[in-house]
Amino acid sequence: MLTSLWQGKTLPVLTVCAIITVFWYLGSIWLNADMQRMLFENNGNPSYSTAELIEGTLSQEKPKLPTPLQILAELNKTVLETAPTSKRSLVYHGSVTLSATLLGFLIGSSLGMALAIVVVHSKSLDRSLMPWVVASQTIPIIALAPMIVVIMNQFEVTGLLPKAVIAAYLSFFPVTVGMVKGLRSPDPLQLDLMRTYSANQIQTFLKLRVPASMPFLFASLKVAVAASLVGTVVAELTKSEDGGFGARLLGGSYYGQTIQIWAALFAAAACAWVLVSLVGVVDRVVTRSMGARP
Amino acid sequence: MKFHRPLILLAGALAIFAAVSPIDFGIDGLAIGDHLWSRMVFSLLGIASLRDSQDTPQPANAAWNVPFATLLAAVEIVELAHMDGARGWGFFCAVGAVWLCAWRSVDIIVERTPKLGKRARFMRILAPFVFGVTLLVLWEALTLSLGVPKVILPAPSAILFRLVTSVPTMAADFVQTVQGIAAGYLIGCGAGVVVAILIDRMPFLQRGLLPLGNLFSALPIVGVAPIMVMWFGFDWPSKAAVVVIMTFFPMLVNTVAGLAAAGHMELDLMKTYGASYRQTLLYLRLPSALPFMFNGLKINSTLAFIGAIVAEFFGTPIVGMGFRINTEVGRMNIDMVWATIVVAGVAGSLFYALLAAVERRATFWHASYRQGA
Repeated sequence: MLTSLWQGKTLPVLTVCAIITVFWYLGSIWLNADMQRMLFENNGNPSYSTAELIEGTLSQEKPKLPTPLQILAELNKTVLETAPTSKRSLVYHGSVTLSATLLGFLIGSSLGMALAIVVVHSKSLDRSLMPWVVASQTIPIIALAPMIVVIMNQFEVTGLLPKAVIAAYLSFFPVTVGMVKGLRSPDPLQLDLMRTYSANQIQTFLKLRVPASMPFLFASLKVAVAASLVGTVVAELTKSEDGGFGARLLGGSYYGQTIQIWAALFAAAACAWVLVSLVGVVDRVVTRSMGARP
Repeated sequence: MKFHRPLILLAGALAIFAAVSPIDFGIDGLAIGDHLWSRMVFSLLGIASLRDSQDTPQPANAAWNVPFATLLAAVEIVELAHMDGARGWGFFCAVGAVWLCAWRSVDIIVERTPKLGKRARFMRILAPFVFGVTLLVLWEALTLSLGVPKVILPAPSAILFRLVTSVPTMAADFVQTVQGIAAGYLIGCGAGVVVAILIDRMPFLQRGLLPLGNLFSALPIVGVAPIMVMWFGFDWPSKAAVVVIMTFFPMLVNTVAGLAAAGHMELDLMKTYGASYRQTLLYLRLPSALPFMFNGLKINSTLAFIGAIVAEFFGTPIVGMGFRINTEVGRMNIDMVWATIVVAGVAGSLFYALLAAVERRATFWHASYRQGA
């Protein structure tokens, strides 16, 4: 039992988490100490003990680095104790971000898959367009986000769509690249086999290329869903009036509400993790139904 | 594939039509008689594409007629688009013809690309180049001739003009942002490698760090930007800090994977030589980890740009590429935004290309470079 724990992943991960937590608390004490000293002195209490100082650093209202407990308390307050319809609720902001992320992810990944199918069947597009798609991976296309929001605003396209467009174009490129790679992955032997069966192009595509592309597709879908979330959050910095995690981050940085920033960050991280795991679950179901051996 | 035939036939018809239609409603009104040179070029394009659409076998040197005529016509429509007044339907027919013929030109280039050799390499660059130039020509011709407002989509020439006329601003922005990127990238990647080597002898910690590192790379880490701005101030160190956090884990994960990549045979050989841990690390395991490390470096090159630019959205001194994008968007100077994006994009891909070139030199022995060369 103990050795299996030792050799598995659970215990090491927990250990690393514990180490991070310890360092986090030390960091909180160290970073918040100056502020706490000032607080004590301003309150006319220059003779404080070290214990008081440490206790103070862990419970400031606007600490430089809030403790994990403070963040959890804030999460508890804004997720569980606030009504989900309230603008102070993280559930509300999360739903704003997630709906734009998911809409954008769906648009972007479907377009990416469609383009990949076209590219695999057209040599000229493959040679002329694909280099640009690949090159687009090396440039910070997220810099386009504020401009897209503002321009779409001028056409009076507001609400979900501008953010979804940004999420879509961030997820589009990785899906195209991954899917093209996947559709090309069958080796000549397998393609020859299909030819000996006298399979036509559509049959080869549906029975060989598509199943072969699934692992590549899902690997890039995981990247894409994380990228759409980042895109949506960045879009929300420009378009903060609708709420969302990005608006929460921006608001927190305006008013120095560090606990609020960290809580939004943790919530966004949790959402990203859930989205990536969901794609992982779909991955397992789909590849198994297509005959992948576990 | 014969399905290009109706399209190229259509292109020919459009070009001939353009050659005899009103191209330009000048300031004074309809002017059919002038633009003789444009009309000649458009007829040339029409003849070339109509001949290309025929089934009859053609002499080998006729293959490049369409691309050449397309090039001439593209220059012509850009020039016409820049004139005052409104364009006639002949102009838009010419734009359509150029688009279709450019498509066909890419086809011709791809068909005629040999499998190997210097010529093949040139043609392989030519195809995407022609595609990109076509896009720019259409963008330029349509935004100018349709009078698309500058605050929505400026023409490429306007963007280029802005880029050239505001070199000092651009240079200052670039230096400001690249400072943060360079410092953060070096520290982040360096720390990733160092930590990977430190925990190399602790498989327990590795098993704990790897899943966390993989999880970390899926998280929206750019969100720490406002916190880093609070900690390190508005200037570039806060951007460097964001970049450090973004680049550390990908580098760590890749280096750990790379250090495990040395084969059993090679490790056994080192053991028979009586090599120490340090010698094995230096002469075998680090070199064989290089392909993985370069993979991490390449992933991080994009992440570093993203991190620094997004961090600048949260607050900077009044300089920097992210700051420029954010403020000029607010002032509706969209051409300045595009110019900054061009600089960021070119810098990003140049840095990536540099890494790829260094990788080629450093890991020439790796399987992915050995074949075909």
